[in-house]
Amino acid sequence: MTGPADTPPLLRIEGLVKRFPGVLALDHVDFTLRAGEVHGLLGENGAGKSTLIKTLTGVHPRDAGTIRMDGAEIAPRDVADAQRLRIGTVYQEVNLLPNLSVAQNLFLGREPMRFGFVDGRAMRRAAREIMRGYGLDLDPATPLGQFSVAVQQIVAIARAVDLSARVLILDEPTASLDAQEVAQLFATMRLLKARGIGIVFITHFLDQVYAVCDRITVLRNGRLVGERAIADLPRLELVSMMLGRELAEEERQTARAAPPSGGPPLVAFKGYGRRGYLEPFDLEIRAGEVVGVAGLLGSGRTETAKLAFGAERAGTGAVAVAGTAARLRSPRDAARLGFGYCPEDRKTEGIVGELSVRENIVLALQARRGWLAPLPRREQDEIVARFVRLLDIRAADTERPIQTLSGGNQQKALLARWLATEPRFLILDEPTRGIDVGAHAEIIRLINRLRANGLALMVISSELEEIVAYSRRVVVLRDRRHVAELDGEVSVERIMTAIAASA
Amino acid sequence: MPMPAGLTPSRSLPQIAALVVVLLANWMVFPDFFQVRLQDGRLFGSVIDVLNRGAPVALLALGMTLVIATRGVDLSVGAVMAIAGATAATLTASGHGLGVVVPAALGVGLVCGLWNGLLVAVLEIQPIVATLILMVAGRGIAQLITEGQIVTFVSPALAAIGSGSLLAVPMPVVICLGMLLLTALLVRGTALGLMIEATGLNRLASFYSGVDTRAVGILVYVWCGLCAAVAGLIVTADIRGADANNAGLWLELDAILAVVVGGTSLFGGRFSLVLSVVGALIIQAMNTGILLSGLKPEFNLIVKALVVLAVLLLQSPALGMPRLRLPVVRARRTRP
Repeated sequence: MTGPADTPPLLRIEGLVKRFPGVLALDHVDFTLRAGEVHGLLGENGAGKSTLIKTLTGVHPRDAGTIRMDGAEIAPRDVADAQRLRIGTVYQEVNLLPNLSVAQNLFLGREPMRFGFVDGRAMRRAAREIMRGYGLDLDPATPLGQFSVAVQQIVAIARAVDLSARVLILDEPTASLDAQEVAQLFATMRLLKARGIGIVFITHFLDQVYAVCDRITVLRNGRLVGERAIADLPRLELVSMMLGRELAEEERQTARAAPPSGGPPLVAFKGYGRRGYLEPFDLEIRAGEVVGVAGLLGSGRTETAKLAFGAERAGTGAVAVAGTAARLRSPRDAARLGFGYCPEDRKTEGIVGELSVRENIVLALQARRGWLAPLPRREQDEIVARFVRLLDIRAADTERPIQTLSGGNQQKALLARWLATEPRFLILDEPTRGIDVGAHAEIIRLINRLRANGLALMVISSELEEIVAYSRRVVVLRDRRHVAELDGEVSVERIMTAIAASA
Repeated sequence: MPMPAGLTPSRSLPQIAALVVVLLANWMVFPDFFQVRLQDGRLFGSVIDVLNRGAPVALLALGMTLVIATRGVDLSVGAVMAIAGATAATLTASGHGLGVVVPAALGVGLVCGLWNGLLVAVLEIQPIVATLILMVAGRGIAQLITEGQIVTFVSPALAAIGSGSLLAVPMPVVICLGMLLLTALLVRGTALGLMIEATGLNRLASFYSGVDTRAVGILVYVWCGLCAAVAGLIVTADIRGADANNAGLWLELDAILAVVVGGTSLFGGRFSLVLSVVGALIIQAMNTGILLSGLKPEFNLIVKALVVLAVLLLQSPALGMPRLRLPVVRARRTRP
């Protein structure tokens, strides 16, 4: 049913304008959704995606523009009204009731009645039927909260669709799902697509865009950048549409340009490891050099980082810093040696969520100075102001809890925490995971900048293109063992080959 | 000294309001409640009595605040009071002067705190279980010190700690204020407060940032032991004797209550020493009020429970949800 030019599209937004005090959030934005397509709505944080959705569903009143459905103008007053107009929305945080059963959630507010009572049996039967339609055979009497987020999300989608939605809006539904759950969700989306429902899909993840979208619309700073079919859109072009600048292709090659000088390496691990945790490894890292660490999940990447930072104690081996043997038995030792570590799991190992952005940034420096030598508040404010400017940390107020920041800004604040200690050696574990495309590019640029300033870095990433972009050498891990060290012309293919090679 | 973190008007409002309400209620049942007179160079009156009687729990609450802020709890403070009191009384009875008695009692408190700190921070035993050991064993230790007797003593010098006064202010109040200042200086004059809050909120992230979470853990229990010893000393000096079985009995619960009423979460993190002391005063003001009103003491516990419930309700995130959550939601929605 992909509409030919003569039939009106399922949903057509023209010249939508939304003003907030002091901001033009949407500046004459057009958007077209056809029946039976998955349409990606893309843009950096603050591009206007959420405002577009909220103006479309009547959460915000619009200031100008028209919305047409099947050619007829509509004006939803609120989310419920939008639902009546057959526009369903599912948010990132599932807004269903976890204590109620799947069936109750599906039929909340419209339960099948019998003799004036809720007909539980009929409701459960219908619920089971509906969920089977999504390939899920589950007991509809089970409380929703006992299922994974992915299943909850599918129940939310099922509810929205069952309320006769023809337009389904999915606002970052994949943010808290693992790979398998994402696949499950995508299967559901394809199913609905085949039924002729038009899906608006908001995501930050490029892979997902290419996996499931038919067309995309990109917004930037409240303006429409363009609408494209995904089939003939190269990735790099999509990224530059979103960022508004050619993604620094030139930066990709600079990392390998300057070979570090002679002398002893800044950090040298020899036979470093622990039984049952990570096979002993040798690794030397020089100042002004980035060593990438690649491998599949569970291959020992994070273990390498934790051993190198003293977060886990090594059973064997020795470490030398700038040519002299060093003691590395705790993160405190590491910090004193001038090491820094941004862990993969930002939330549980990185940020102290309820402390302010300022307190999080000064934490490592303060810890190294010792509690008896408090940093004067003025000095703290100076440090914070410097890094907010240097790393472009977007925080409305650095006195607010760091957990209110976006993932990318949290990551930058963690980098600031260590940069404030003026480190010599930084270990970054998946520094770009779960952050939006804009911050992504900034962090890669930052890694290159730090390297150019003479820092030694060890960067772990599952995105091989990224590793290739900033690493001069790449360590490849497999089964908790360092299996290869690639030097010279590092490429994604070489890394893949090393990961895949049988032992 | 920097402004204590967390002592913002909006956060301290429920506690201050509760204290005012309780004091006004006392005034209504007992019109002379706010009357203060000077006699023999010392202030007397019901309000003064609240401060004076509230001092031991307030002292306990100071140390307990730091412990709870690290996401721990110390059940042994009542027992530590008994041990410190027993030590002081026994030494005094055998003829030692203040120069020996006070350091010995405080030293005993420090050792008790160190024991708890080692169990919790080094051996990583759960705080509630780790401190339960000393809570139970402590009274035995105190009885061993007093050899099972109620030890009484005659020592004007030691008694002055409990019933003397400085510039007309009762000594326990002076000591409590001094400890409040000292504790505030310890945690807010240094970076220790930040370390405590960070450790309580996210121990792993703090550890990875180079914070010596183990030392922080030991330190808060040591300080808690010290505060308990000071409280024990005051009680012993006040009654001029040591009762190993009853000194400080159940006061650990009052102390925990005072801290929680003061707004420090049992999940650790942000804390306010001043508000914990306010919490202790709320509890004592209620005790005194019920006594003055002529109600049966049995009502004390029930009324106390009700008032505590009221303060906790005011702080409850569940009840505050519409107010506290909405701005967040709205902020997300208006994000252009």
